[in-house]
Amino acid sequence: MPKVLLEMKNIIKEFSGVRALDNVSLSVREGEIHALCGENGAGKSTLMNVLSGVIPHGDYEGEILFDGNPCSFKNIRDSEKQGIVIIHQELAMIPFFSIAENMFLGNERGTKFNIDWDKTNKDAAEKLKVVGLHESPYTLVKDIGVGKQQLCEIAKALSKEVRLLILDEPTASLNENDSKNLLDLLLKLKEEGVTSIIISHKINELAYVADTVTVIRDGQTIETIDKDSPDFNEDRIIKDMVGRELTNRYPVHEARTPGEPVLELENWTVFHPLFAGRKVVDNASITVRKGEVVGIAGLIGAGRTELAMSAFGKSYGVQISGTLKIGGKVENLHNVSEAIDAGLAYVTEDRKGNGLVLSESIAINTTMAKMSKVSNHGVIDKDKELEVAEDYRKLLRTKANSVSDPVISLSGGNQQKVLLSKWMFADPDILILDEPTRGIDVGAKYEIYLSINELIKAGKSVLVISSDMSELLGVTDRIYVMNEGRIVGELSQKEATQEKIMAMIIKSDSEMAG
Amino acid sequence: MMDGVNTNKAPKNTLANIGNMAKKNTMLIVLALVIIFFTVGTDGIILNPGNITSLIMQTSYVIVLAVGMLMCILTGGNIDLSVGSVLALVSVIAAKLLVEVKMNVFLVIIIALLLGGLIGAFHGFWIAYIRIPAFIVTLAGMMLWRGLQLVISDAKAIAVTSDKNPLFTSIFNSFIPNIKVTLFGITFDIVCMIISILAAAAIVFLMTRSRATRKSKGFEVASKGIHIFKCVLISAVILFFTFLLSEDRGFPFMLIILAVILVGYSYFTSKTVPGRYLYAVGSNEKAAKMSGVDTNKILFGAYTNMGVLSAVAALICVARFASAQPTAGEGYEMDAIASCFIGGASAYGGTGTVIGALVGALFMGVLNNGMSMMGIDTNAQRVVKGLVLLAAVLFDILSQKRRKALA
Repeated sequence: MPKVLLEMKNIIKEFSGVRALDNVSLSVREGEIHALCGENGAGKSTLMNVLSGVIPHGDYEGEILFDGNPCSFKNIRDSEKQGIVIIHQELAMIPFFSIAENMFLGNERGTKFNIDWDKTNKDAAEKLKVVGLHESPYTLVKDIGVGKQQLCEIAKALSKEVRLLILDEPTASLNENDSKNLLDLLLKLKEEGVTSIIISHKINELAYVADTVTVIRDGQTIETIDKDSPDFNEDRIIKDMVGRELTNRYPVHEARTPGEPVLELENWTVFHPLFAGRKVVDNASITVRKGEVVGIAGLIGAGRTELAMSAFGKSYGVQISGTLKIGGKVENLHNVSEAIDAGLAYVTEDRKGNGLVLSESIAINTTMAKMSKVSNHGVIDKDKELEVAEDYRKLLRTKANSVSDPVISLSGGNQQKVLLSKWMFADPDILILDEPTRGIDVGAKYEIYLSINELIKAGKSVLVISSDMSELLGVTDRIYVMNEGRIVGELSQKEATQEKIMAMIIKSDSEMAG
Repeated sequence: MMDGVNTNKAPKNTLANIGNMAKKNTMLIVLALVIIFFTVGTDGIILNPGNITSLIMQTSYVIVLAVGMLMCILTGGNIDLSVGSVLALVSVIAAKLLVEVKMNVFLVIIIALLLGGLIGAFHGFWIAYIRIPAFIVTLAGMMLWRGLQLVISDAKAIAVTSDKNPLFTSIFNSFIPNIKVTLFGITFDIVCMIISILAAAAIVFLMTRSRATRKSKGFEVASKGIHIFKCVLISAVILFFTFLLSEDRGFPFMLIILAVILVGYSYFTSKTVPGRYLYAVGSNEKAAKMSGVDTNKILFGAYTNMGVLSAVAALICVARFASAQPTAGEGYEMDAIASCFIGGASAYGGTGTVIGALVGALFMGVLNNGMSMMGIDTNAQRVVKGLVLLAAVLFDILSQKRRKALA
């Protein structure tokens, strides 16, 4: 039995009252590849942030032992000194620096006032050889693909005398070939004595590389399964990941009889705006009928947001092809303003980034997408604006002193309600809700679900994108399952289960992997 | 944010309410303090009727430029460095048309404004549609238009004297005809006082009416005491300063042009849809775009407008200096930018008011005028102005940090 390299004991971490980690323990043996699984928001990344010092010692409860010594990391530098290196999902490389410059950024060769560029490039070339990347160390990072960038990150980690390598969803944005290369590299590094933790949803990949799997759900450790154990199988891991009990978190699901199709996407294909040739949405077709709530399930990076945004007046992507029909009529929407006029609304997943103007008042945010309803020849009727904002505040039970308060002073749940008000005020026929309840408390979630029901009663249609599968099961009539940019399944409310959705995703992964 | 008057919240306590008002109008209070400081420092000469008149004339073109600059800054902290050079180019062309071509004055004004708009649109195109940073485009414009102006004028001044161009001078640099009367031993211009009484009455009427309609619709409004306090204060300030003007040469016509611009742009930014979009683009361009706002058009409009207002300032300068100077407008861009920031506009965009820009411009004007009166060396004056600008922006950033910390 190899010795234990890392021991995390009873880690508790709260974010403003919400327990993200609730007594999580993790034990990693030296020289193994340890997989960490769980749904989005289960607490995997938080746990790794605790380990790597992103969340400093003192901000969490519990104990970390590395190589038998207690750790109290104040920041990433501290953990890196011990040889713990984390590679985040969002790669942190500087595009206009060369591979070598990136690799030794913050860890420069030579002295502080005299960087030894020859040594930098020589060392970089060595590390590139180790990771099997055939690129010159002088190549600019912007000129290589994501897969190669991922390898550069690993090479960078190796240059820091890594003992424990943590990879957060390393293959999320890679194609099969690059993924395979990366996983093989992990196996090779394992032989050289590097211990790694890999966070992933992709069970087929885990089966390929992992020695041990730990499943986390709702901030708790569910189970640690060894590769040799008979429990090491897909079904068991999926059940561990999603097996939360459903209590009364959703309004009663009323039987509805949907009408004519109001939104149809046929053979919708979208390419990435920056990486030429990368398909983000691949030949997807969906239909939403009048008076129907349709869900799109999938993992982060499945292309759901990109599908919605590209349909919403081409606000995402390039070389968009396919047919968009609204109310049976083919529409060619060039911009957001045309999409709004056609009766579409897209409630963005990123309420702070592109949803709300935080410094402005509730009233101003409420009317923003349809100023024509509170203005006359371009002149705003401010009193009317306050009145309608107040109406929506009451309707959605937004908690605020006054509609003149800036949105920034509200809690996340109430900000989400303002965002929803804004699009309800725009009076669309079809509302696309992208992660409508992310990061908000249970009470506010319930009220948002109630609003969805109200909208349906008023004859609207709703398309919900959510990574919370139980939410989709709780509020939708029909669910599309999306993976890697493609629609890989469709389930009615009756037949849908979390296991079935997960199984569809995993099945399509293995199909694509060949 | 848009206008301090239309606040929806009213603390019960009147004193607390006045304190609240003071907090919202910090710069206005600082301006008042600075005026008092210079009144003491210059033994009251700064408030001499003649000095007030020249203060207005000196500050007028900075105010016009500051209003235009504010529109640009609102779109996201973008500034326009070219305004001084545009002003110079338009001055020279307008002066040539007036003096050498002897063109009709109104035609010259129209051509000048069109030319300004065209230059502004030229900047706006590169900034909004090609997305070249505003700093670079307008830096280029600053050199380009100054150079072109020097080529056209051969670096020589063109005189536009009032005896040869009476109409032009009277539009931008004259006074409304006086009717002097003497009461209690003080001679003053009754026309000037009538205008100011009418203006004050109109403001009080509009404020009272707005409060009444809001009250009838069930919104919370400021208490009656506060409302009367505000009305009296505003009327008193207007009457006091116009009385000083009436003792001198009377009501400058320029003040009417300024009032039209200030009221117009105040209305535009606080009451119209495109005005609203300016703030939205500056606060969160992505969110504005996802709400269907044509953000490029807003940016383009802000710079085109800046060009037009630069032309207005150019005409004012030609009339005031009775000539188009090759060095006209040098450093004006900095005065305009400083006015906006001192007046509370955010260097990151999305925050700021026309009234703020006015207060900022007046602040700079009073500072200049007062320090000169006190005989402070012009080089030392620059040191003070620099420190004032730094302090104003520091204040803005600290308060933003506090807001972020609250969130």
